[in-house]
Amino acid sequence: MSRTPEPSTSVPRPLKLAEQALSRLGVSGRALIIFAPAVWLTIFFLVPLAVVFGISLSTKQFGRPPYSNLLTFGEAGTVQLTLHLSNFVKLFSDSLYVNAYINSIKIAAIATLIALALGYPMAYFIARASDRWRNVLLMLVILPFWTSFLLRVYALTGFMRGNGVINNFLGLFGIEPLIMMQTDFAVYVGIVYTYLPFMILPLYTNLVKLDGTLLEASADLGARPLRTFLAITLPLSVPGIIAGTMLVFIPAIGEFVIPSLLGGPGTLMIGRVLWDEFFSNTNWPRAAAVAIAMLIVVVVPIMLMQRAQSATVER
Amino acid sequence: MRKGPFLPTAAILGFAFLYAPIISLVIFSFNENRLVTVWSGFSVKWYGELLADPQILGAAGLSLQIAFASASLALVLGTLMAIALVRFRRFRGRTMLAGMISAPLVMPDVITGLSLLLLFVAMESLIGWPAGRGTMTIIIAHTTFCMAYVFVVVQSRLVDMDISLEEAAMDLGATPFRVFVDITLPIIAPALISGWLLGFTLSLDDLVISSFVSGPGSSTLPMVIFSKIKLGVSPDVNALASIIIGVVALGVGIATLLQLRGQKNPVGASASEIM
Repeated sequence: MSRTPEPSTSVPRPLKLAEQALSRLGVSGRALIIFAPAVWLTIFFLVPLAVVFGISLSTKQFGRPPYSNLLTFGEAGTVQLTLHLSNFVKLFSDSLYVNAYINSIKIAAIATLIALALGYPMAYFIARASDRWRNVLLMLVILPFWTSFLLRVYALTGFMRGNGVINNFLGLFGIEPLIMMQTDFAVYVGIVYTYLPFMILPLYTNLVKLDGTLLEASADLGARPLRTFLAITLPLSVPGIIAGTMLVFIPAIGEFVIPSLLGGPGTLMIGRVLWDEFFSNTNWPRAAAVAIAMLIVVVVPIMLMQRAQSATVER
Repeated sequence: MRKGPFLPTAAILGFAFLYAPIISLVIFSFNENRLVTVWSGFSVKWYGELLADPQILGAAGLSLQIAFASASLALVLGTLMAIALVRFRRFRGRTMLAGMISAPLVMPDVITGLSLLLLFVAMESLIGWPAGRGTMTIIIAHTTFCMAYVFVVVQSRLVDMDISLEEAAMDLGATPFRVFVDITLPIIAPALISGWLLGFTLSLDDLVISSFVSGPGSSTLPMVIFSKIKLGVSPDVNALASIIIGVVALGVGIATLLQLRGQKNPVGASASEIM
């Protein structure tokens, strides 16, 4: 509840002491506030990306850690820097990586479009619903968003399996069981299913702000609903479409759980390739190179997101 | 506006798609049959089996500890970040910080996991810390992505907040620290609670990042579930999933209520501020 507390007449002692201690140290509160999160993010977000880049230029070797050192120190204080481009050369020359790369983008893009086609009418329906219903429906969208991702993918396997719910249902009508699991189809269903709330929420936030009088004006001037939608609603909702699309597309490219649980052995995706490189082949430098290659695809969409994010902060 | 049958139909189909698999999973968790999808009678025996499984219980305990620690650390760091970016208009590196805080939201998990692992390994060989990987490294990794979510939720609340309340307190002679404790903190409290809850659930749910940065003997609940699913269907996973879904539904219900009471726009608005 947003109420202001009763004005207290005396300052609580611990607070007073904390304040005095801070001012005695001569540090401004402002610097302290920025310092802690900035240092954390630098060490645990920025530096790791640099480390990945560094290790992608090394080679696999047996030992701990299982990669060659970039810097070797000679006896007379000399330092030698050895960089290997072999990992990146391999990424371009081995069709496994190229195919996984292209396939990931294709699967993510198609799944994002399906999620948009399904999510847009849902978001629009929620935005137009009465106040009471709107909150209920919103909660229904948010609930899966909070529910375990892994368990939702698992729920899908129970649904699409050979003897799963769908096939049992079809069996009632004498229809032959469909093979859905371990196919690209299952991966599409999985991505749309798990990321749909990420598509609906930004679209909803955008559509709920839509000025109803514009729609009325359009209708009064004789436009059919479809025309009104194409001429007014759709163009005004472009920011919501961009935000939702990015929120689904970016994580879908690097998805590991969905292709590994729902896809078949032929469903190559770059996240899965990275995982196998690391865990099965223990080729850390190769995995790092795959990560750098993946970053290059997602960096432009991430920059777009950040621009939107800083625009919200400036508001 | 004229309402055609298209929107309601699409919405009903969409919600059915979102909920049918979850609901069927919960129903079949009460199935007596080991063949998860063939119904043979009501039973709670899988729940009993679950509660007698030390591996699952141990992993659940570890995951809860990690989620509690990460959500709490992320709450502090994410809130500080939100205050810095919303209240301090100009300082060096502001744009950079704004970028760094929102990037983990969309960074593919495999990249986050791999990069943190490589950092921990490099740090260990350089300065000897962290010695090996386990609970500590998972907490650090989870804190890093959870603080981004805390930041988004708290930030939108701070932006909505009436700044004149802070100004009035300042005019009346309160120090910035007292203004924060007495004015700002109570107002943003609902956002702090939902930010913490969001961090807690995300940490509890994480499989990929934990797999990279965990060490021997520190298998979290999702890691145990994943290896069970990989081996084949086991009905106790259904029971476990139903418990988790029930707890989450309860938590989301409470969080939504808190948000609705404290804020003009409901939780959906702040959740979608994620972009």
